[in-house]
Amino acid sequence: MKHQVTLNINGSEHEIFVEARKTLADAIREECGLTGTHLGCEHGVCGACTVLMDGQPVRSCLMFAVQCNGVPLRTVEGLADGDDLHPVQKAFWEHHGLQCGFCTPGFLMLATSVLEQEPDIDDEALREVLSSNLCRCTGYQNILIAVKAAAEEMRG
Amino acid sequence: MKPAKFEYRAPRELEEALSILAEVGDEGKVLAGGQSLVPSMNFRLARPAVLVDINGIGGIDSVTSSSDHLVIGTLARHVRFERPVTDGPLGHLLALAARKVGHRPIRIRGTFGGSLAHADPAAEWCMIATLLDATMVASSVRGQREITASNFFKTVFSTALEPDELLTEARLPLLNPAAKIGFVEFSRRAGDFAIVAASSVLDVEGGRISTARIALGSVGGTPLRSPAAEAVLQGNVPSGELFAEAGEAAAGDVEPMGDIHGSPEYRRDLVRVLTRRSLQASTEH
Repeated sequence: MKHQVTLNINGSEHEIFVEARKTLADAIREECGLTGTHLGCEHGVCGACTVLMDGQPVRSCLMFAVQCNGVPLRTVEGLADGDDLHPVQKAFWEHHGLQCGFCTPGFLMLATSVLEQEPDIDDEALREVLSSNLCRCTGYQNILIAVKAAAEEMRG
Repeated sequence: MKPAKFEYRAPRELEEALSILAEVGDEGKVLAGGQSLVPSMNFRLARPAVLVDINGIGGIDSVTSSSDHLVIGTLARHVRFERPVTDGPLGHLLALAARKVGHRPIRIRGTFGGSLAHADPAAEWCMIATLLDATMVASSVRGQREITASNFFKTVFSTALEPDELLTEARLPLLNPAAKIGFVEFSRRAGDFAIVAASSVLDVEGGRISTARIALGSVGGTPLRSPAAEAVLQGNVPSGELFAEAGEAAAGDVEPMGDIHGSPEYRRDLVRVLTRRSLQASTEH
């Protein structure tokens, strides 16, 4: 049996018709064509598929699309404003917060939600939050530096 | 890595959820936060025919205090406990534990009741429930019953809940305002399951320990109390030597299993050290 679901992603509505077992991550990629959200482990460990649901970071591989009918979702495609990168994206670029880029969408969404909610987050708490996701290239230091630089820019 | 087919039901009322569970019996599985269930469905270790999503039910996520208990609604998310939900040592203990539950995105979705019902012996909330001998409330169309932690956890991923029952709340006894609480766990990476976890509550009267509770996680099929360590502490004056002795006693109380994360000997040694550290930490703040 398939379900009619409306996914509200980055302010746009996507009417999709999916089986209940379709994860949110797969629905975003396959039904809505937004392939910026990456799937790594598919069991909630790596965080590559992190998206924002009501502004909060969640593992989209651990939710089903049917659970998200009408809920405001944000993915990496919603960060930049046209050609202007989001401060977090710009900081990842400037501070080499990525190499292969596979984990990057998840880190960008995680970092964006943290900085929106806790613009003054201290280093220790930020490290703790960033430990949520896995990166196999950078060794994490440049991600931390990038997020701190983005925090400064977002505070103005 | 994709779940098998299932029928999705999303009741809006508790009564409706209970009738669905009664109707589907063994075929059904409750979906709360899904942070343990969905991975096992993705691996096809779990293949429920019917998934009963309780996230749309109102009023089952409240956290309230009665005169002697903290009453935690089953759908209360882990993140909520990161800051004390109640004054005094219980709120502080829950906050220490909450910060060790997975990572932030997991804590945002995962639920207190879901963790208890999943009954992973390494889970923080299962150890806390055992430490405090919490009371679990199981609801079904047949009515409600209360199950104490010592009767609730049966073995790995197995509880006293019947297929038609939903864990609706957990009642944790409030602690003496001067109670000394400790919570420590060891894992190789931040956010991993504990290889061993230890927690403790001490009441001290007139300079001597009047009651002692020690619970250990990830050392058996369920979280365990350590009667031997509690007996060592009982009636004695808190000191580093006494806590070390309690650690030795706790290590003698467990028969941990070995796995890829640690041998039985290694886990037993962690029990010795972490029990001591939990007690030590509890008297330092």
